[in-house]
Amino acid sequence: MSVDILMPALSPTMEEGTLSKWLKKEGDTVKSGDIIAEIETDKATMEVEAVDEGILSRIVVPEGTEGVKVNAIIAVLASDGEDVSKAEPQADAPPAKAERAEARNAVPETEKPETAAPEQPRAKVMADASVPEGTTFTETTVRDALRDAMAEEMRRDERVFVMGEEVAQYQGAYKVTRELLQEFGERRVIDTPITEHGFAGLGVGAAFAGLRPVVEFMTFNFAMQAIDHIINSAAKTLYMSGGQMGCPIVFRGPNGAASRVGAQHSHDYSAWYAQVPGLKVIAPYSAADAKGLLKAAIRDPNPVVFLEHELLYGQSFPVPDMDDFVLPIGKAAVKREGTDVTLVAHSRMVGFALQAAERLAAEGISAEVIDLRTLRPLDTDTVVESVKKTSRLVCCEEGWRYFGVGAEIAATVVAEAFDYLDAPPIRVHQKDVPLPYAANLEALSLPNADDIVAAAKKVCEGMF
Amino acid sequence: MATKPKSSKKVPAKASKADMLKFYREMLLIRRFEEKAGQLYGMGKIAGFCHLYIGQEAVVTGMQACLKDGDQVITGYRDHGHMLACGLDPNGVMAELTGRIGGLSRGKGGSMHMFSKEKNFYGGHGIVGAQVPLGTGLAFANKYRGNDHVSLAYFGDGAANQGQVYEAFNMASLWKLPVIYVIENNMYAMGTSVERASAEVELFKRGISFEIEGEEVDGMDVLAVREAGQKAVAHARAGKGPYILEMKTYRYRGHSMSDPAKYRKREEVDDIRTHHDPIDGLKGQIIEQGHATEDDLKKIDNEIKAIVKEAADFSLESPEPDPSELWTDVLIEEGAR
Repeated sequence: MSVDILMPALSPTMEEGTLSKWLKKEGDTVKSGDIIAEIETDKATMEVEAVDEGILSRIVVPEGTEGVKVNAIIAVLASDGEDVSKAEPQADAPPAKAERAEARNAVPETEKPETAAPEQPRAKVMADASVPEGTTFTETTVRDALRDAMAEEMRRDERVFVMGEEVAQYQGAYKVTRELLQEFGERRVIDTPITEHGFAGLGVGAAFAGLRPVVEFMTFNFAMQAIDHIINSAAKTLYMSGGQMGCPIVFRGPNGAASRVGAQHSHDYSAWYAQVPGLKVIAPYSAADAKGLLKAAIRDPNPVVFLEHELLYGQSFPVPDMDDFVLPIGKAAVKREGTDVTLVAHSRMVGFALQAAERLAAEGISAEVIDLRTLRPLDTDTVVESVKKTSRLVCCEEGWRYFGVGAEIAATVVAEAFDYLDAPPIRVHQKDVPLPYAANLEALSLPNADDIVAAAKKVCEGMF
Repeated sequence: MATKPKSSKKVPAKASKADMLKFYREMLLIRRFEEKAGQLYGMGKIAGFCHLYIGQEAVVTGMQACLKDGDQVITGYRDHGHMLACGLDPNGVMAELTGRIGGLSRGKGGSMHMFSKEKNFYGGHGIVGAQVPLGTGLAFANKYRGNDHVSLAYFGDGAANQGQVYEAFNMASLWKLPVIYVIENNMYAMGTSVERASAEVELFKRGISFEIEGEEVDGMDVLAVREAGQKAVAHARAGKGPYILEMKTYRYRGHSMSDPAKYRKREEVDDIRTHHDPIDGLKGQIIEQGHATEDDLKKIDNEIKAIVKEAADFSLESPEPDPSELWTDVLIEEGAR
């Protein structure tokens, strides 16, 4: 049986080239891997290797020919023992394509690329966990609520372990992992070297293998060293594997501005992670949400980025006294009902939004406060429903404005509730500078309750 | 701590007839598969990046022979050979290259991204060096569970200069993790030779600062690879921690399909092909030792050709993914497949 040798493509964009030289002549025996010819394009010269063995029975395209189309038959190879003189190009060989693009698309006659992409399915919004009537509450700090969540999940599931810098013997740089080492031992509470890229990757590998790592970053500022593994290894692998390789891991730690620690230790990464499909991103405010959502994150089969806030760790909130308090990921909470303006916030900004609402109420403006709690998937339904009622929107975030969480919320509301809006949405955010150290400049840079009050009044101008 | 180069007067490694024929078959499958992939790329049926493994076949074939069921393998983007060595279906690999639904990743991964939990193959990673901490994490999981499995983390001479590799070395040695680092030194990181990129060109020494033993191995000799691999795997399995094997090997083709490989001389490639080819070398030993005749081996060649032809046919007949596949597998959802 004879085999056709086709003009190869050197690159995905090559359409034709020059057959500059034959290194074998008719009648020569060739082995697979032998260099038989050289071809040239405007970019490169490349050698053509034989992929079959046999005798070069006929050279169809002589050397020096320019403009040879990719996939054109350039020579015919006869198998051992075949009558060489009779070898002819195979009738069913693919014809030389005039257009390179055509050749590339000459794959099964299914839908062509002009098929519109199907619509993105909406994320299911889960019902909030109900706290049974008569449940008692205990005032708990966010710090202890997070610790309790990890301890409860570690008791429940042997596969859960905690690793990070100073999480074990030091009891946590911010004491969030306090007493875990004493209860679970050094096998499951692991101090790492200060190598975020390495231990984040190691954690992802352990998750691929079916463990449930909780990787603590001393702050998310340091996770920039590890962001390649969070995104390229953890977030994308399920998709790239066609659904085979899940990555049940939690990356957690304080995010955003602390106090007087300068620009490199004060970055809010909410928008960065929330942009990435394949991740879930949680940024709670209250202790109860921190506990219920961290437990959910540890149980979730997907990679979860869990953004805490250093300045909330010491704040206390009532946490229900329940054996297993788990909240749904992807559900916002209406923290205060109102009718005139919707204030949307997450993490520490929820506290400022609540203070602002209190002050606005004294001035006769009824503000509804929504705590997003989860940034991906984003519960836009709750926000849109609220804006349909209030007709005014203020988006509050601690991070920078450009391409931020507020921009996403505002765009969604404009797209889904345009006719309900009585004023353009306003964003409250950090000033567009690296966070300064000087106390006065830092205060000027960060958003606070005053900014939210001012923004709310602005969108409510002309309301009365 | 021992860190040794390959001895120049080493006794050749030995193997049984059955093993030698098995290795011959496995290496030939990789060679023919990759040649076919190159051909399909030339025809425009495979797109994007496509890194062929031709020339390096002895490394994965020899190392795979050291593993037992449940041991894990992870590598970078030059991964087709590793998948075939792990026993992944050639049809599924080829159909992934052509971007079809019959591909191992349903057409969503491509040449650099295939995985198989069943065969303990953990990818297929496109970021140079990323597989090293990931593979160390697989070993961490084995130690955590208290089983005696090991993981193999393959990477190239280029990845050997990445910082994360050393972060992983440090933790693996500190925690005595059962991982074997297999450095496939094919002499060129894309177009940059080891000498031009590395202050210490003897890569097996790269573990010295971490108390990791290393050894240089003739990566063009499948039996030498297996012998070194068995020692390294036994070391890791016994709880003694990681081990580094530097496989001196060579890729015959360019870095990827669009690389004309002008940074090296044709004579260099020809010399290796003629005098050090892993398949020809083993073939010579098989015939010399009377384990098979040319005709017997020709029969194996034909069987392999048939397997590769079937893979190519399957990869062209399998349809493209349904548009609905666009939205699936982003997250694992309750009740999803």
